[in-house]
Amino acid sequence: MSHLAVPGSGTPPPELDVGVDVRALSVRRGKVSVLQELTFAIPTGQITGLLGPSGSGKTTLMRAIVGVQIITSGSVTVLGRRAGDPALRHEVGYVTQSPSVYQDLSVEDNVRYFAAMHGRGREAVRTALEIVGLSELAKRRAADLSGGQFSRVSLACALVGRPKLLILDEPTVGLDPVLRADLWDRFASLAAEGTTLIISSHVMEEASHCDTLLLLRESRLLAQLTPEELRRRGATDDLELAFLRLIQAGPAAVLDGAA
Amino acid sequence: MNPAMLGATTTRVLRQLRGDPRSIALILVVPAVLLAFIYYLFENETLPPGAPRTFDRVGLMMLAIFPFVVMFLVTSITMLRERTSGTLERLLTTPIHKADLLFGYALAFSIMAALQSLVATGVAYWIFGLNINGNPALVVLVAVINSVLGVALGLLCSAFARTEFQAVQFMPVVVIPQILLCGLFVARDQMNAVLESLSNILPLSYSVDALQEIARSASPTAAILSDVVVMAGFVVVVLALASPTLRRRTP
Repeated sequence: MSHLAVPGSGTPPPELDVGVDVRALSVRRGKVSVLQELTFAIPTGQITGLLGPSGSGKTTLMRAIVGVQIITSGSVTVLGRRAGDPALRHEVGYVTQSPSVYQDLSVEDNVRYFAAMHGRGREAVRTALEIVGLSELAKRRAADLSGGQFSRVSLACALVGRPKLLILDEPTVGLDPVLRADLWDRFASLAAEGTTLIISSHVMEEASHCDTLLLLRESRLLAQLTPEELRRRGATDDLELAFLRLIQAGPAAVLDGAA
Repeated sequence: MNPAMLGATTTRVLRQLRGDPRSIALILVVPAVLLAFIYYLFENETLPPGAPRTFDRVGLMMLAIFPFVVMFLVTSITMLRERTSGTLERLLTTPIHKADLLFGYALAFSIMAALQSLVATGVAYWIFGLNINGNPALVVLVAVINSVLGVALGLLCSAFARTEFQAVQFMPVVVIPQILLCGLFVARDQMNAVLESLSNILPLSYSVDALQEIARSASPTAAILSDVVVMAGFVVVVLALASPTLRRRTP
């Protein structure tokens, strides 16, 4: 199932429901082109990894899918509706790169507030804290946490709404390896329950946890492929090296490789 | 509007305040201390028989001005933090309605303001013998409406500041002209035409009018009611202006 960054080729296999459908998406900020003519589709119930060097447009693409980004042209359809549609606010959870939580509230009060926005109760708050491993620190003020704990509060605030689509901007930055592995397990079980996850990262080894990868470079979509395909194309088991080789070969080579 | 989300927002803002006992203490105690200053400033004035004490005039107006100034500052900083920390953007990706957020803030801070003006009015009334003909409960009501006005203006102004430093600079722009022109220093009908018409479009003028009316008459008058309605109108207009500054989509 290899989809390439060519307009019209972003159709997923028919047996999978389309979670996110992006067509000819372009975003300009002033004179700078942040995203150029992106076309791809993401099936539901999978983990899609969004990978690329910093400044390649990962965050802007995520914002466009959440519906908070003003787009220049193209279309973004999420779960059958236009991105940002009010009906989607119950379905889409978004965790920004820098944790957005209330520093002067306790961990629990932060999660409880976002739970209220989705009509969830205490049980949901407890579960969300458990998933991110912060049950012990529930009463602690968010400002007093370490960086990694702090970003997990932010994650819990999104999980508590039990969204169908979960968009996570670099959720594992600053976490220790044990916790990172733990979270990836959690993500996998969420996907198994039917949640669609889009996770950005710049750590290539994390790509192996994803079902599909979107490789971004210089505001364009370089390729949409599985980690397996990436290894094959790059002719190495090292995903980081494979990605580098793909980038160095340039878009033309990516297309050739698929032919 | 959704009562659950509005309630959750009010609770959240109050919890944030509770985490900061020093601010609570300042909000509650400082107006009472300042009232004491005003009282002792005019302690030895000599008055013609029958003339009201200066404290009865100035102290009373201060009861309206304190909550306005304090809530303006508290709200503009809190809201600015909400904007810069990313929590606002995140909140607006959830089902919350903007009105739930705006009124949640207004409700939380007006609860604080009600406590503040209860303390301040109580001190003025029982300790310093503030002499007014009307019901002191009306004074508290005007003070609370004023605080909501401060909240609304703070919400609006926070959209035009990028840093907390800038937000504080809006006080001389938004608050001080209103204090100068509200009738505290010079009665409004004795100002020149330009200043008087300016004071007519500033909300604080109407609360000072209302307080003077409360001081004058033993029972609530139509003038008090119309002042209160005008102030409520200002609150609605300012909140309506603040609403589009909470943007769900940004470039």
